[in-house]
Amino acid sequence: MAAASQRRSTALVVFSTGFILLWLILAAFPFLWTLWGSFKVQGDFFSRADWMNAITGPLTTEQTGGPFTGEGYWGAWVESGFWRNVVNTGIVVVCTVVISLTLGTLGGYALARSGFRYAFWLLMIALVFRAMPHITLVSGYLLPFFQWNLWGHLPTTIIVLVAINQPFTLWMLHSFFLNIPKDLDESAMVDGCTRFQAFRLVIIPVMWPGVITTGLFSFLLAYNDFAVTAMLLSSENQTMIPRIASFLGSVQQEGNVMFAVAAVVSATAPLFVLILFFQRQIVSGLTAGAVKG
Amino acid sequence: MPHRTFIWFILPSLAAMILFIALPIVSVVVQSLYVEHEQVLVTVENCGPFGCTEETRVDRDATAELREAQPLGRFNGLGTYFNRAHLATAEIAEAWATSDSLGAFWDRVMNLPFYRALVFTLAYTFIVTPLVVILGLAIALGVNALPRIFRGVTIFFSLLPMIVTPLIGSLVLFWMIDAEGVIGATLQILFDDPDLSLKASPALTWITLFIYGVWSSAPFAFIVYYAGLQTVPEETLEAAMIDGASRWERIRYVVIPHLAPLTVFIMLIQFMDNFRVFEPIVGFQAQASATSLSYIIYSDLRGDVQQFGSAAATSVLTIIGVAILLTPVLIRTWRDFNRKRA
Repeated sequence: MAAASQRRSTALVVFSTGFILLWLILAAFPFLWTLWGSFKVQGDFFSRADWMNAITGPLTTEQTGGPFTGEGYWGAWVESGFWRNVVNTGIVVVCTVVISLTLGTLGGYALARSGFRYAFWLLMIALVFRAMPHITLVSGYLLPFFQWNLWGHLPTTIIVLVAINQPFTLWMLHSFFLNIPKDLDESAMVDGCTRFQAFRLVIIPVMWPGVITTGLFSFLLAYNDFAVTAMLLSSENQTMIPRIASFLGSVQQEGNVMFAVAAVVSATAPLFVLILFFQRQIVSGLTAGAVKG
Repeated sequence: MPHRTFIWFILPSLAAMILFIALPIVSVVVQSLYVEHEQVLVTVENCGPFGCTEETRVDRDATAELREAQPLGRFNGLGTYFNRAHLATAEIAEAWATSDSLGAFWDRVMNLPFYRALVFTLAYTFIVTPLVVILGLAIALGVNALPRIFRGVTIFFSLLPMIVTPLIGSLVLFWMIDAEGVIGATLQILFDDPDLSLKASPALTWITLFIYGVWSSAPFAFIVYYAGLQTVPEETLEAAMIDGASRWERIRYVVIPHLAPLTVFIMLIQFMDNFRVFEPIVGFQAQASATSLSYIIYSDLRGDVQQFGSAAATSVLTIIGVAILLTPVLIRTWRDFNRKRA
């Protein structure tokens, strides 16, 4: 069904396919390499002699009796207690996503349905807030949080992440609600619903695609955050990412870099699964802001 | 929607933003006007068999008490902004007066921590952003030419560098470029130089960080452009062909103008995100050769003695930078908004 304008010369097809293959290798190879290498011993993953050792693993066979070893994972998860950080990450991420979506749907709906000038200004302010580097905000929190004994706890971090998430959530849900026809909730109000009832009974049942997409990005923001979680959590409440960063310092001296490698692979795995299942939503979310705004 | 209802709907979200984004900005401004207390010194007289000596020492209890009573520190006005760790006006003036060439002046400015970080942050922002746009467009054009069944897989793997946590992405690359890692070792063989190390030279570290930046953000530009390419009007392309336009001319005069609004969007998001570059510097352990504004705030807050005043002053200067960067966008949006209303 290729239209005439889509037909290409062979040379061009070869060139563009080659280019895409090159890009795919650049994009995926580092992760596959690290995944494979995480089942080797350090002498193979960082091999002075020959990088092929990381693939075949002669030292791994010599030291552990098999070409693959789970030592890095055992060391990270059990010996270093990485499982506790995984649990913390779970708590932080789930709470952040749920709370920010609740606040965001209410706010986004209001912004999409209000025709007044101040709605536009609120969106502009949200845009400016989105541009604030997170670490500048953190330097504003630290001293008051120390004074009020709020520092170091999970709920503090959750509420901070929710707030940092809000500008983005508002923008995204605002553009999704603009796509839901106004007539829908207005006819409900003609039938005697209040604005909130119209929102609850008419809008909530049809808003899920937009909410799920926005939720994915809230998840990524909370999961990938380093600046806030590294500065606001005490060491026993740390989430995965700051823990991996602090691994680096201690682990390199002890010669246990493989613990960090295993932790890095463990933290990447959920993201991999996320793309696998939600690729369509991620793509539509990335473009929603662009095409409509 | 009436004002009252609007307020109730937006209140929770607005309250969160005011409490945890607007007030911290105020808090940063206030903190930047204060510096840590100096240590309280006491002079004690020690009298021994050979006469009396006077000794000055730090009164720890009094210092702790003072810090407890006034946690903000003592008022310093704008002093912190102009000291050596920030705008360093005195040092700049001195360097300008005594350096005999521009190069020498530049070297001395680059030794000041704030300017070092500022120059790296700006270089990162203005080099990575255009490269991301170009690479993203190239990938989008390439993927668009692929047969349909391969596109899903391609998009799946392309998303990885962008979705993965920045700190993790940079660590993965950092281990690979290690002299004993696969890329580092290969480069040593390629250039036949067993001492080649990407971590040792500042220039190579900067290039590594730029490459990481392009690698991790190009998928974003790619996805946005790819979606835009699906909506290029087929009729216009055919009309251009009938008029005798070559393939390149069709891309230049039909496709690229169609994608122009998307470019503005990508650049805006990229400017915002690249200006706060931070995690890669931690991941690549590059602080010796490259620091960014976000990084120096982080290191002020992390040190043995937390320098809240210093971090706050840098934060305020960073926020001013963000404001300057965003002004053209805001003016443009404001004009568009007024045109739509009119």
